[in-house]
Amino acid sequence: MNSNKPSTIDLVNRNLQKRYRAEKRFQIFGIASIGFGLLCLLVLFTDIVSKGAGAFTSHYIQLTVNLDPDDLDITDITDESQLALADYQGVVRKALRDKFPDVKKRGDRRKLYGLVSNSAGFRLQEILKNDPEKLGEQLTLWVLADDDIDTYAKSKNDAEPFTGRLNDKQIGWVNTLLDSGEMQSRFNRVLFTSGDSREPEMAGIRGALLGSLYTLLVTLVLSFPIGVAAAVYLEEYAPKNKFTDFIEVNINNLAAVPSIIYGLLGLAIFINFFGMPRSIPLVGGLVLTLMTLPTIIISSRAAIKSVPPSIRQAALGLGASKMQVILHHVLPLAMPGMLTGAIIGMAQALGETAPLLMIGMVAFIVDIPQSIMDPATVLPVQIYLWSDSPERAFTERTSGAIIVLLAFLILMNTIAVLLRRRLERRW
Amino acid sequence: MNLTTLLLTLVALSAAIFYTSRRRSLSKAKALGGQHHLNSLPLYYGMMACLWCALPAISVLVIWSIFDGVIIERIIVQSLPNSSELTSSELGLLINSIQNYAANPGSLTEVSDPAIIQAAERLVDLNRVNAMARALLVLIFGVIFGAIAWTRVSPELRARQFVEKVFQSLLLLSSFVAVLVTVGIVFSVLFESLRFFSVIPVTDFVFGTHWSPQTAIHDGQVGGSGSFGAVPLFAGTLLISAIAMLVAVPTGLMSAIYLSEYADRRVRAIVKPMLEVLAGIPTVVYGFFAALTVAPTIRSFLEGVGFENVSSESALAAGGVMGIMIIPFVSSLSDDVINAVPNSLRDGSYGLGATKSETIKKVVIPAALPGIVGGILLAVSRAIGETMIVVMAAGLAANLTANPLESVTTVTVQIVTLLVGDQEFDSPKTLAAFALGLVLFLVTLTLNFIALHVVKKYREQYE
Repeated sequence: MNSNKPSTIDLVNRNLQKRYRAEKRFQIFGIASIGFGLLCLLVLFTDIVSKGAGAFTSHYIQLTVNLDPDDLDITDITDESQLALADYQGVVRKALRDKFPDVKKRGDRRKLYGLVSNSAGFRLQEILKNDPEKLGEQLTLWVLADDDIDTYAKSKNDAEPFTGRLNDKQIGWVNTLLDSGEMQSRFNRVLFTSGDSREPEMAGIRGALLGSLYTLLVTLVLSFPIGVAAAVYLEEYAPKNKFTDFIEVNINNLAAVPSIIYGLLGLAIFINFFGMPRSIPLVGGLVLTLMTLPTIIISSRAAIKSVPPSIRQAALGLGASKMQVILHHVLPLAMPGMLTGAIIGMAQALGETAPLLMIGMVAFIVDIPQSIMDPATVLPVQIYLWSDSPERAFTERTSGAIIVLLAFLILMNTIAVLLRRRLERRW
Repeated sequence: MNLTTLLLTLVALSAAIFYTSRRRSLSKAKALGGQHHLNSLPLYYGMMACLWCALPAISVLVIWSIFDGVIIERIIVQSLPNSSELTSSELGLLINSIQNYAANPGSLTEVSDPAIIQAAERLVDLNRVNAMARALLVLIFGVIFGAIAWTRVSPELRARQFVEKVFQSLLLLSSFVAVLVTVGIVFSVLFESLRFFSVIPVTDFVFGTHWSPQTAIHDGQVGGSGSFGAVPLFAGTLLISAIAMLVAVPTGLMSAIYLSEYADRRVRAIVKPMLEVLAGIPTVVYGFFAALTVAPTIRSFLEGVGFENVSSESALAAGGVMGIMIIPFVSSLSDDVINAVPNSLRDGSYGLGATKSETIKKVVIPAALPGIVGGILLAVSRAIGETMIVVMAAGLAANLTANPLESVTTVTVQIVTLLVGDQEFDSPKTLAAFALGLVLFLVTLTLNFIALHVVKKYREQYE
């Protein structure tokens, strides 16, 4: 025997440590990858929440306003044009001057007026419109602070408070008001009750939320029946031939077509060819229907496929026709799976932005839409619009809107998961 | 009669016909001695008559609604005194103001042209006549066909077979929608692109290296030569997609390997859905995150390290965030594929003394490679077509560069910037967006086609 030549087991043993180290390294790579993914998720969520939490509160300033008819320039309260043109800003300004009687210089006074949002005037107009009796009375009310003031007050205790265009005097006034309790942080109702605005403190997501709701309604009403019908045809009726294959390939490809292409389709067909108006939820819903249809067809087919053939055979054996088998047995059993697919499709549609930009749902719309034919925008597009605005208060509101959007998506997906768990049957 | 009332009336009419036909079948059966003399259940007689009433009426309504707008517009235009002298855009404006005036006559005080006011009055008149004629025709169709069906109700009539046939045709029609959508996409994009290419040569578009769609309009010329060269856009798209894939492929693949081969079931049950949350976040949120958090961070970090001129809209930020979005896409596709590799292959490798990682690297991955490649191709097509992240985080300037720290633009960004806002539909600038859309559609379609084919072939291999 030649003792110089190493045996196989020696060779193996010599490399073993190295191979084990490689094994460890490989596992660590795996864990690191997953860790990276989860870390991104965590960073994304904390970033959004930390930026957006402030959007749900807003600072209000207490003012004692004197609704003096002379100051307002109202002689006849029943005259609507007088009511519309009255000098509400003047009254608000007077209230501010009364609060800070020491401020005398014109420039300073202008700065002082900047503490309060323009919405204060509209608020007074509303009050008088609803209750003309209030004319001549003295009211104590909480009005919205200006967005810069609000942002400063929120970041006051941070390491680097936001000062923006504010000067030291204004900051001093804000601090006085905060100390005396005449300026307080409250729940930001405006965010949920008003439409878009150029002024951050007056901007809300109600219009966008309703726009999203109408758009999704159109999408659901169209895509669910068509999707289910197509799935039933393909699973139960379609003969195995070239044409059926063609439809199947089509559906699979459509599921992977970029969403912006659907926007181009909507622009060319619905708006330019059929002459439908731009920016309305109806067209948005049509575009999103075409986009979510493949998702719904694919998941409905899976649900129908999971119903065992024995059910069909039993029903056929009892004399049911094909349509009766489908309507009375297959569809009810497949319904949970189809609904899950539909909810997931709707969640996709709710988060979609790009195709809606193409059909003009990106306009600046203050009015809250009342029907599927009114110009509207949707929540993701509102986020896109606000994210372009330079004001810091808009960044905060953008994050706030994102939180609302994510909350809806989480809700929808949770419902889908629960539905699946609750109703899923093992055959 | 407006559309909603008309539809409601039609529903009521169909319901009435359903009810009476059902009753008729029952009474006829009674005369013969019982329900078992009927060919079908009474329900089907009702449904048959209902379909006879509703389907023709709805078809008439649809056809009418497609054509009435165009016809009314043409009548209005012909009644205008100098319509033949106007260009198409002037005519469009004029029609717009007529429609506005007709919609609310009080609001536009500036309209002084008597021709417009007259035309608007005519339009209101025509609209009223149109709505009335439409309602009348639709309801007459409904009543006549419903009545015919009602008279045909008899015990021998094969009502169920008829209803089922209609039902099946409706199903077929629904599945045909998918084909219609594809045809619609191809036609809408192709048609506008052809108009674009009749102005700008294809070669200039595909090989040109200078992209500035704005200048072509300002000079009044129809597309200055070279301003529609799309190469910088293709390069930018590829750069950002490549960065995204650099992030997504290793992370997604390694996550999938770890989750399917190493992790125990409990960990997998928690981690997998959490990673998939990344895929469910709307892209506009990623765009916001990329533009406001990632891009400034990358910029200040790199400038701190010593790089100069880092763009605040760098390709790195957009691509990186897009990569994060695609991680779950890659990982779940690879997961499926890896799980489909039969265990006998692994056992064979262990039997030869390989460690787990060696088995994965030398046996499982090569066996799963076609499927993984297919998944990656799908991910690439996703990255190329992704819009919101790049719109918000990448730039608008069409730079031809491979430097990830510079700002580049992509095909999707340009489509959005060209089409958002109001502009004439016929300008080469707008049409260019459709040409870009055509390229995007063809590229993603090819990628998807190959990917789906590869994945399918691979699945068959182990089944």
